[in-house]
Amino acid sequence: MKPHHSGRRPPRIGDDPLFRRVLLGVVLFFVAVIIVAPLAVIGVQAFSKGLPYFAGAIAEPDTLHAILLTVLTALIAVPINTAFGVAAAWAITKHDFAGKRLLTILIEIPFSVSPIVAGVAYLFVYGLQGLFGPALESAGIKIMFALPGIVLASMFVTAPFVARELIPLMQAQGRDLEEAATSLGASAWRTFFSVTLPNIKWALLYGVVLCNSRVMGEFGAVSVVSGNIRGQTNTLPLHIELLYHDYDAVGSFAAASILATLALVTLVVKVALERQGAGRSKRPATLAGNDTLSEVKP
Amino acid sequence: MKIRLNDVVKTFDTFRAVHGVSLEIESGELVALLGPSGSGKTTILRMVAGLEYADHGHIYFGDEDATDIPVRDRGVGFVFQHYALFPHMTVAENIAFGMKVSKVKRTPEAIRDRVEELLALVQLSGLGERFPGQISGGQRQRVALARALAVDPRVLLLDEPFGALDANVRRDLRRWLRKIHDELGITTLFVTHDQEEALDLADRVVILDKGNIVQEGTPEEVCRAPQNAFVMKFLGDANALPATVRDGKAYVQDIAFDAPDLKDGPADLLFRPADVSWRESGDGVPAQILRVLDRPDSRRVLARTTGGQSIEFDTAPEFPHKKGEQGFLDIRRPRVYATT
Repeated sequence: MKPHHSGRRPPRIGDDPLFRRVLLGVVLFFVAVIIVAPLAVIGVQAFSKGLPYFAGAIAEPDTLHAILLTVLTALIAVPINTAFGVAAAWAITKHDFAGKRLLTILIEIPFSVSPIVAGVAYLFVYGLQGLFGPALESAGIKIMFALPGIVLASMFVTAPFVARELIPLMQAQGRDLEEAATSLGASAWRTFFSVTLPNIKWALLYGVVLCNSRVMGEFGAVSVVSGNIRGQTNTLPLHIELLYHDYDAVGSFAAASILATLALVTLVVKVALERQGAGRSKRPATLAGNDTLSEVKP
Repeated sequence: MKIRLNDVVKTFDTFRAVHGVSLEIESGELVALLGPSGSGKTTILRMVAGLEYADHGHIYFGDEDATDIPVRDRGVGFVFQHYALFPHMTVAENIAFGMKVSKVKRTPEAIRDRVEELLALVQLSGLGERFPGQISGGQRQRVALARALAVDPRVLLLDEPFGALDANVRRDLRRWLRKIHDELGITTLFVTHDQEEALDLADRVVILDKGNIVQEGTPEEVCRAPQNAFVMKFLGDANALPATVRDGKAYVQDIAFDAPDLKDGPADLLFRPADVSWRESGDGVPAQILRVLDRPDSRRVLARTTGGQSIEFDTAPEFPHKKGEQGFLDIRRPRVYATT
């Protein structure tokens, strides 16, 4: 039978026009209802009484304080968790030691444990009636209902984020590059910064962005350990809830829009960094495995 | 630099990869570690490099005990099976890496000159600004070699250096590597599972099986006098016929072959496909032709003896006989090994 190129060809798998439209329709519907609509409502509600009212709501001292506290928490927790995540991924993927699998499981615990459980657990350890509470109290160190507690709870919840991004990638990359660098005389630090890090930077960046968004948005664990003191230990997510319970819908939506914006800023920073990185290395799109380029005969 | 391994043992978890291997590699020699996968050849190479530590035994570089010297200070050039080129660095940066991190300080000009020199040596001048992803497999292999040579290693170690390349590129690179070795005179040890590669390239071949050395010698020695059936079969196609040894003779269906040093009992008669002639009558093992395969320079005949054994042999392209014909196999240069 001779192939006919004119007219309709039979669909390939999943290429049926009806199927394609239904598939796309379902996906778009979900994106609109589940993701876009709520975010749009926040924006609309925040500005429903006009820009001046929005600005006033943000400039409210307690709200401003909550924003600052949230940013401060992220500035402390994200770098520490990034360093921890990189170290953990490095240890697990490039070194052999007893208890490696156990460590991998331990790192994942915060993913499966509800944040509120973490908060309560911290309360039991550092709270006044807790394990170290009295000792810390007599030493004049305040962890619960203060910044250290908020940072600790946020770090618990986001501990796996960077490591989970890096471990599969670093496992797939193997140890050849590190072994090659070492055999050429490079120290462990040199190997890490010159060879390992450049090959994981995008995954690392993504892990940092996820970690940051979660630190800023964490509610459950922080709400237990912070004590919800207005203008003192209220982070932005807690403050939003407080405003909402005060029937200050616009204030609450304004604060929520700030939180959403902070998350968007991190996303934009990530994309910008990626662009810049891609531009700097001046590499063409066809990176790997292009064996057809002008072969010079040996 | 002479390398000496003395009773080296390596065990992974419960699997013993290398059993008490002792080996000497003379200064300037090019030696192949040849064996099937799982024979421990790569583990031995990695222990010589310092990428693995021996559980037991010693490794000497010249008179120095190198057993516990870390890879970083051991002064070896290692070429990885998949090259392990740094993908984010250019070819020139890859080659310069070892010189940049070295404890011996070099000026940027000296490094640049050395990189140019090495690029010329591996015939890649002008490709220094490319990234590894932009060059061919054979070119990557040569970059890996240049990078390993840049630090003036005492010994050069190559893990399956041509394993990932096409047959043609492979043969060219093989001859070229031999030339480089002869120019530089650097002690070189490489691992391969390809007997043709080992015989083609090496001064001496060390054949390994299940973590032990089964035979070592020049290509001529291992080819002409394989020590046991494993070596005989591993080095090339071999036919096997069951035989019985009586009074210094091995009998295959009443045909006697010399087997002077063997005790009486069951044995295997091994011989190469090229060492068989087909006869329509006379002495020889009776057989029937099953198929005739054509090759560019010969014909390969698949036959079955009346005892039911499959035999393959090579003939001239003009071989006139066809499938189904009966005749006799005249076997030359057979080797008889006691059945283990």
